[in-house]
Formats: sequence, C-alpha cells, structure tokens
Amino acid sequence: MKILVPVKRVVDYNIKPRVKADGSGVETAGVKMSMNPFDEIAVEEAVRLREKGAASEVVVVSVGVQQAQDTLRTAMAMGADRAILVLSDESPEPLAVAKVLKKLVEKEEPSLVILGKQAIDDDMNATGQMLAGFLGWGQGTFASKVELVDGRARVSREVDGGTEEVSLSLPAIITADLRLNEPRYASLPNIMKAKKKPLETVQAADLGVDMTPRLSVVSVAEPAERKAGIKLDSVAELVEKLRNEAKVI
Amino acid sequence: MSEPVRESMEFDVVIVGGGPAGLAAAIRLRQLSPDISVCLIEKGSEIGAHIVSGAVIEPRSLTELLPDWRERGAPLNTPVTAEDMLYLTRSSSLRVPMLDRFMPHMANHGNYVVSLGEVCRWLAAQAEELGVEIYPGFAGADVLIEENRVVGVVTGDMGVGRDGQPGPNYQPGMELRARYTLFGEGCRGSLTKKVMAHYDLRQGVDAQTYGLGIKEVWEIPAEKHRPGLVQHSFGWPLDNNTYGGAWLYHFGENLVSYGFVIGLDYANPWLSPFDEMQRVKLHPAFRKHLEGGRRIAYGARALSEGGLQSLPRLTFPGGALIGDSAGFLNVPKIKGTHTAMKSGMLAAEAVAEALKAERPEPAAFTDKVRRSWLWQELRGARNIRPAFARFGARGGAVYAALDAMVLRGRAPWTLHFQHKDNETLKPASACEKPAYPKPDGTLTFDRLSSVFLSATNHEEDQPVHLHLRNPSLWKTVNWDVFHAPEARYCPAGVYEVADEDTAPRLQINAQNCVHCKTCDIKDPTQNIDWTTPEGGGGPNYPAGM
Repeated sequence: MKILVPVKRVVDYNIKPRVKADGSGVETAGVKMSMNPFDEIAVEEAVRLREKGAASEVVVVSVGVQQAQDTLRTAMAMGADRAILVLSDESPEPLAVAKVLKKLVEKEEPSLVILGKQAIDDDMNATGQMLAGFLGWGQGTFASKVELVDGRARVSREVDGGTEEVSLSLPAIITADLRLNEPRYASLPNIMKAKKKPLETVQAADLGVDMTPRLSVVSVAEPAERKAGIKLDSVAELVEKLRNEAKVI
Repeated sequence: MSEPVRESMEFDVVIVGGGPAGLAAAIRLRQLSPDISVCLIEKGSEIGAHIVSGAVIEPRSLTELLPDWRERGAPLNTPVTAEDMLYLTRSSSLRVPMLDRFMPHMANHGNYVVSLGEVCRWLAAQAEELGVEIYPGFAGADVLIEENRVVGVVTGDMGVGRDGQPGPNYQPGMELRARYTLFGEGCRGSLTKKVMAHYDLRQGVDAQTYGLGIKEVWEIPAEKHRPGLVQHSFGWPLDNNTYGGAWLYHFGENLVSYGFVIGLDYANPWLSPFDEMQRVKLHPAFRKHLEGGRRIAYGARALSEGGLQSLPRLTFPGGALIGDSAGFLNVPKIKGTHTAMKSGMLAAEAVAEALKAERPEPAAFTDKVRRSWLWQELRGARNIRPAFARFGARGGAVYAALDAMVLRGRAPWTLHFQHKDNETLKPASACEKPAYPKPDGTLTFDRLSSVFLSATNHEEDQPVHLHLRNPSLWKTVNWDVFHAPEARYCPAGVYEVADEDTAPRLQINAQNCVHCKTCDIKDPTQNIDWTTPEGGGGPNYPAGM
C-alpha cells in the first residue's frame, strides 16, 4: 500500500513574520523557510505506518518553487522513500494544489493521502477537503489517531467538545492535527542518505493544471500594538474608570 | 545512561562552523583538489542563522577566493559612499576631521556594507556547488582525540530530556571522523576551548581580550535612507576607561544596521552593555537616522579583540584553529570578515599540503599566516587596542593617531594586555550605578522584546546548556561581591536573580540564549561554562543581520 504525503514550504514557525512596507504581503526574501509543522506530523504518521508494516511506500510531494526540494529532502530524511516536486510560482492556492494532487493521485494510485490540516502561513485549511471532493474519496480531517484495520482507516477527529470516530473505506484522505504524533528528528546519517533518494521534478503546466490565482490580496497589515497599561491608586478609581471610561460596568 | 551506539562517517576534512572562515576554507579545499572530501557542520538551524556582524567588509579575501564574485551574484550591493567618525558628548558630537589621516584604519573607501548572514548563505551555496557537504542544525558537542591526535568531532545528541535521559525521539550524535579538523566556531568556541586546553595552545601568548557587539536592524522611511553612509562613534555614554562605541550603516533597501560594541574588560559591574546600546539611540546624532523607522531584527555576539599578541598556536596534530576561534579580528578596523576568510584559505592550503605529505599537523599554516598580508595587517594594528586599555579612550585615540601618522604601525615596542576580562570587575559597592532611561517602546526597548526579534528558540525539554561549575560560588562571589553582573551583561535576559530580598538565587533562562558567549568570558571566576545546546537551537537571524 502506498501513502502520498503533500508537504508545503513555509516561513519557519520560529520566525516573527514581518509585513512588507507596502502592505502587499509577508516578507519572505532571506527568511528561514521550513516544512509546515502539520505536514511534518503527516510525514511522521505515514512513516510510522510503513514501519509497522501497514504501508509499503511513502511518497512525498511539494508544489512550489525550486527551493521546496529542501523541504522534500527533509521529509525523506525523516523516512519518506521518494519525492516529487511540482514546480510552480510561489504560494500557489489550495484549489490549484488540490488539482495538481488529483493528477498525481491518478498517476501514483496511493491508498491513502495524509496531509497537514492546514499550512501555518495562510491558514487556509482547504487542500485536503478539496482533494477529497475532486476524488470523491472519504475524508478524516483533524486526525489525532489513525488505525488501519481490515482495509479501513479508523480516524479519531478533534472536533468541538471532544473526539469523533470515523471509519473510512480506502482509498481515503486524512488531515493531521497537532496531537496525532510528535515528529522525529532527522538524524545526520539519515540526512546524508536522503541526499541519494530519488527526487523527480515536473512542471505544473505539464500536468495540465491552471495555476492562475483566483484570489487577490487587498492588503496585509500587522495587528494593532497593545497599548501600555496604567497604574491606579485605589479600587474606587478602578471602578470609576471601568464605569465611565471603559463602560463595562 | 549507557554509551549510545554512534554511527560514524569519515571525511578528509571536517570543518566546525559555517561562518566566513569555515566556508572560505571549505571552498579553497575543493578548489585545490576536488578529491578532498569536506564536511561542514553548523549549530544554527541554517547557514547564517547565528551570524551577527556590522558589517562593513573589505572584499580583499573574497576577491582572492572567488575573483568573479560579482558575476556570481555575491550580496555585496552597497558600497560605502560616505563616512563619519564622531566623538560624542551627552548632547552633541564632534566629527573627527581628516579621518583617513588620523584614523586610516577606519577609512572605508572600496568597502561594502553587507548583511554577513546573507554573505554566508551565498558562500555556502558556492561551497555546495563545489561539492562541500554542509549540515546545518548539528552542533559539534565533543572533540575526538585518539593517540594525542584530533580525529574528528561528535555531533550533539538530539532528544535528550531535561533530566539528561533519552526521550522518545532520542537520536544519538554521530562521529564525524576526519584526517584534519578545522575549528571555525567564531569567538570563544566551545570545542576550541577544549582543544586549546588539551594542547596548551595559549602558552606564552597574551590572554585573549573580548568585546560584546549588540546589533539591531531598522527599516527606515525611504526619504531618510542614504545607502552607503557609515557612521561610527566613541565617547559618551561610556567613561574614559571603558572601550567601545556605536555604529550605524545605511544599506540594502531602506535598511539601517545599528549597533554597539563594548570591551569586556570594563570594570563597573553595574554597567549594562544592552542599556548602553539602547541609550545611544537617544543621542541626536543617532536618533535622527532612526526616528520614524521600525526595528526588525536583534542579535548579539562576542568578538575577539586581542589581535596579534593574543593569537594562540594555530595548529595541533590533526587540525587548526581558524577565524575568530583563533582571534584574527583586526580591532582598530573593527573588521574580522576578511581576516577570518584569509585565515580559512591559508589553513586550507596547509591542510591540502599536509594531506598529500601525510603529516599529522598542518604546521605550515602558521608560516603561511606569517608570510601573508594578514600578518602584516595585524602587526601594524597590534598596539592600538592595548593602548586604549592602558591610556583610556581619549589617550588611546591620541596614541592611535600617533601610531598611524608617525609610527605607521612599526613601533619598536608591543603593548601587552595585563588582565583577563573576567578579572577586571570592581566590587559593586565601589562603583556607581549608571542611570539608564526606561525603554520608550519606539526607539528604545527592553531585553525580552529584543530577544523576541532574534527568533530564538531552543527545544524546551533538554538539559540546560549553561552550567555553573561550582553552584555555591554564585552566592559568595557573583551576588555578595558583584551583585550579579550576569543579569546585566547578558543581552538576552538569560540570567535573572530570583527572590532577591529573601534568599537570592540565580535563575538561568537558557531558552533565551542568543549564543553570544559573553557569560563564558566575563563571569568573575569563569564559573559559567557555555556548551552547545541541541543542534538547530538558538537564534534564527533573518536576512539583514
């Protein structure tokens, strides 16, 4: 059984993002980029399934710029077997990515696609669901536990107020939530080995997918800064301010 | 915990540290022979993540290493166009006239304002193209010494818990074995310390003296930006006996590099380099450049200021020290990039020869240094920093001018450093507390909001990487005599005194550490031992640093 894991190259989670001076977006030039943390969880889950013998091959794919191959190498250092890089412009939209993935699924015929539930840069939370829609497959989103039993995937979903269990027939789509697992470190020997694993590069256009953005960004702004607090001398003064200034009591 | 089973790999040369020295050495080795296998490790999460420098660089070494650097797109985009050296008083400034005659070291014609982090990322790309294997995110945790020869390094274990026990994601470090190992860890490298001690490399040379540099990058309104403008200052707010000054460089796209360097031989334990750095921005000569802008990055790093007198023996069986790990910085020029690169290149040449001749020690490195412009340059500059230590800021400046105009660096004498930096603090009770202004949140800031901008992170569940060799000394020495100077010299708020009024104790917030190494240098009894945390931890300096 083959598992396909799409991964996205995003601004590293340790970096404080900075809005460009002209408000057109977030500065990415020279900024450290890494694998989307939810995608790391997806890779880890797929590799664990293979290590348990429930899967035979883990293929990782990324849609984006040439440098996304670093992200794919990281995924292979974590244990993925091979990688596909679909070259396109920077930050393709979820709809286009889902269309690319559909083409790859038709070619690779995996039994399971595991994705991160969302990317930490645009927080869209859409690619997995759209792909499920295109393929007509069942989906287990926000997964905190995955078990493969009798040809079905049993997925615990993190929903408001608790956990929901769903049972999916394969092939299926799973999107990984934070608690699914704790991803491993890519060890130095495995990073060295990953350099020799196969990485295939294809052009998005060659897959016949229109990558033209459908959304336009009007403006991007940083949240307003918190104003400094003031010190008051008495409870009476606090009550007075809450009543007459803040008007909350 | 039982000895972990380590994987091991062999290379001709292993280089510890992905700064200008290590990368230049790697590139030169592969240029000399594509048969030499070269592996470079870097503790930062990527190349450049831990690089802090002004930086105005002299392109001399780069031109020797990669003559076509312009065509290759090296990020040297802002030539120096104008420069000022200011002597500051509290509210005004005097411009030093005829800078190129009085302070020829400071003349920057033909130099470039750069982000050294970007230069290193570019150098790494050149090195990889030449076949160097570069592994960021892996710290050199220990030196492998067999039969008195350095035979490589061990990378740090990953996934060890706070209690020192392996966690669920434990990955043992790897042995990177090499015929020659080059240490290019920068100032006060943790493995360099071990090698220096093992081979007694500092015997017969002056103690190293250090500085601490703290830097911010600002984005300022386009109409105020004057690309290539370079401004330095000395004088206020430091007293005459404290060595240091500020810099301000306009570069890139509306960016300004602002920073402050202070000699770590300062005496007043109440002094806070961070607060000195913050308050210089309030001076009219600096304020006018930054007002209306926003701060986008912050970082700090110690640098070696000893120069020639403090250079240790450079080689040992199985390797050599390069760059600021050895201490090749030219202090009067306040530049170390071209000297670091040159030292790396010369070490590479010596190692390539030693490989061929199968000599255990690349001793030719020392001769090569002595015969190069690098030696002449450091020799000419050798008396200036000690003159400041001896005669104070004004006397030192007069000496420097005299040295430049009359002696031309060829004085028949050599001034020596008389103290180690950890020995210079006076008791807190004998010193006056400087009155630092409160941060205003627009021009000046506190430590924590600053560390936030350095994007520093360490995996939380790991052993503390800053050790007190003797915990009881903290109370009797650091607290009772000096009133916890580490709480002030640390630019990242790592050291905090808890329960000050009842039972004072030192709290170490190791997670904030920006890897500047100041504590390892300045602690009065050298009781603090800086070791490498889990690889990939520490700051993540963005482009511009």
